[in-house]
Amino acid sequence: MEIIDRLAEILAVHRGREGALLPILHDVQAAFGHVPEASYQPIADALRLSRAEVAGVVSFYHDFRDAPAGRHVIKVCRAEACQSMGGADLIARLETALGVKLGQTKGDVTLEAVYCLGLCACSPAAQVDGQLVGRASVARLEALVAEVTA
Amino acid sequence: MKIWVPGDAAAKACGADDVVAAIASAAGLRGREVTIIRNGTRGMVWLEPLVEIEIDGLRHGFGPMTPEDVPALFEDGPHPKALGPVEDIPFFARQSRLTFARCGRNDPLSLADYEAAEGWLGLRRALEIGASATIEEITASGLRGRGGAGFPTGIKWKTVADANAAQKYIVCNADEGDSGSFADRMLMEGDPFCLIEGMAIAALAVGATKGFVYIRSEYPDAIRVFETAIASARDAGIIGPALLGQGPRFDLEVRVGAGAYICGEETSLLNSLEGKRGMVRAKPPLPALEGAFGKPTVMNNVLSLAAVPWIMAHGGAAYAAFGLGRSRGTIPIQIAGNVAHGGLFETGFGLTLGELVNDIGGGTASGRPFKAVQVGGPLGAYHGAEDFDLPICYEAFAEQGGLVGHAGFVVHDETADMLALARYAMEFCAIESCGKCTPCRIGAVRGMETLDRIAAGDAQAIALLQDLCEIMEKGSLCAMGGFTPYPVRSAIRLFPNEFTPLREAAE
Ligand SMILES: Cc1cc2nc3c(=O)[nH]c(=O)nc-3n(C[C@H](O)[C@H](O)[C@H](O)COP(=O)(O)O)c2cc1C
Ligand code: SF4
Ligand code: FES
Repeated sequence: MEIIDRLAEILAVHRGREGALLPILHDVQAAFGHVPEASYQPIADALRLSRAEVAGVVSFYHDFRDAPAGRHVIKVCRAEACQSMGGADLIARLETALGVKLGQTKGDVTLEAVYCLGLCACSPAAQVDGQLVGRASVARLEALVAEVTA
Repeated sequence: MKIWVPGDAAAKACGADDVVAAIASAAGLRGREVTIIRNGTRGMVWLEPLVEIEIDGLRHGFGPMTPEDVPALFEDGPHPKALGPVEDIPFFARQSRLTFARCGRNDPLSLADYEAAEGWLGLRRALEIGASATIEEITASGLRGRGGAGFPTGIKWKTVADANAAQKYIVCNADEGDSGSFADRMLMEGDPFCLIEGMAIAALAVGATKGFVYIRSEYPDAIRVFETAIASARDAGIIGPALLGQGPRFDLEVRVGAGAYICGEETSLLNSLEGKRGMVRAKPPLPALEGAFGKPTVMNNVLSLAAVPWIMAHGGAAYAAFGLGRSRGTIPIQIAGNVAHGGLFETGFGLTLGELVNDIGGGTASGRPFKAVQVGGPLGAYHGAEDFDLPICYEAFAEQGGLVGHAGFVVHDETADMLALARYAMEFCAIESCGKCTPCRIGAVRGMETLDRIAAGDAQAIALLQDLCEIMEKGSLCAMGGFTPYPVRSAIRLFPNEFTPLREAAE
């Protein structure tokens, strides 16, 4: 059981830490690309919580996924400053260009909304596999997606 | 030859890393020795990447730079992107940079640079004068919480100092989720030791030995820089077993959020820090008395804590000399969205809204007429040009049915669709509500539906929406549900025609 071994390592790192659940969940997601249901019980046991409590925390936070995303994740900001610079239009055109709707995955590519990247003075803003993009345009984002998926 | 290229996330998002690569290769081709320093940002985001070169002892700016603009830096003759001495650029020269005094000047992670620029002066003084005199100094400065609520920082610290407990905590709120806000991020990336110093002074003042910095996960650069800064401050013996090697113990830890806006609310943040769902807690108990892990806790915004070293180094009275009325000191304003000169502008309270949008911001980025500016994030009101005389301070905005909040100003030009923005405000509340109270959880969803009805031409729905806003304002436990009506109602008040399309057409 590879998951269980890797999980045991993660739990060992955080043993005794105050309020360790979020740091553990971040590490689990970094290791597996999502928080597998199979991890709930071992995490609960390690922190002396119930399985339901762990499940409740996982579901509360937008960051934690119950299934892996595509290999490439494109996040586009939906918040007000980006809207003021044509963010909604950018999203619509990107959906068409990539053939995938916001919040969905097609093939290798997941397109997601994000609510402010702190790039509001160079909006609209996006993030392609972790790389931040300010003054984003469809052309620039398409080129970046082509680069990372090549 | 010394060249500065900001390593700030906004500069990188605009291509700073490509500019660095171009500088390295252009210099190599010409056999020129260059030292490239990744400084923080000066906050003039519309000029990023803003490259600086020292000429006759003065730092000259060039920007916004592209890789194609780089070779000309090494050639004689005027450069097309030359801006002159960077600190003479009016946007920079007009500021009173106290909190951001160092940001953009140096390598943010150089302890030597920090020390040379008044670093640790405030902490030294706090160690010298002791806890209660430190709290008096903060109280005298008039500093109020920069996270949004504007609560006097000195009073908060005094409450925690007076609490009797074996363990106390300092928690820095770096969840900065407001659209239009990025000052916390810039400071953590551009002058992280300043925040460490502010937290250490707070710890000394209240008797805390441990601090947490809760940074939102959307800020990977800030997380990385700040964690590195903590490690070097610890290695240098500045924090750890003895503050500056002579004071009490104080150590720091970064905790990363998980994409929930509501976790910026202080009690929700505490639950999150403890590893729970980020549900808002009813107050009392006050976090000051029963905060993190049930212990007395100072929770402050990044900017509140980062103002502290300057106050301690220069005195509370010097800080209080800036400002207007009961809003003392300086406010790091973030001007963003559809604005020509977007960025960070630190100034004493009292600048008017019109001066900010037109003189500092240079009007809209699109060149189209200005329509509205949303002040204070997604829970803040929209203001039109009729509010341009409003001085930026807590009292004036509250009187006008708005708020300064974390001082993010998002400008919209005439193409803005106010009904769509009002609907977005409700949608955001529906997505981010912690779910504890019905007016917020259900009301926000009903609000979206009602706005859809208005958009479809149902004129009666507008009265319904007003009632709903009233219920949310009165019946919500926290400002998420309680203030979401601000942008909605202000949009209706300013642009009533946009909410009654069919009735307009019929008349
Ligand atoms: C929905 C909501 C979101 C908030 N988000 C933040 C935030 O991101 N950062 C912050 O410092 N304060 C935020 N606050 C305010 C905090 O609850 C709290 O007042 C503040 O952290 C106290 O620090 P200060 O006194 O230094 O401002 C938020 C409040 C609400 C109701
Ligand atoms: S107003 Fe909304 S976010 Fe605040 S406590 Fe109620 S449900 Fe939670
Ligand atoms: S609103 Fe899009 S980056 Fe801040």
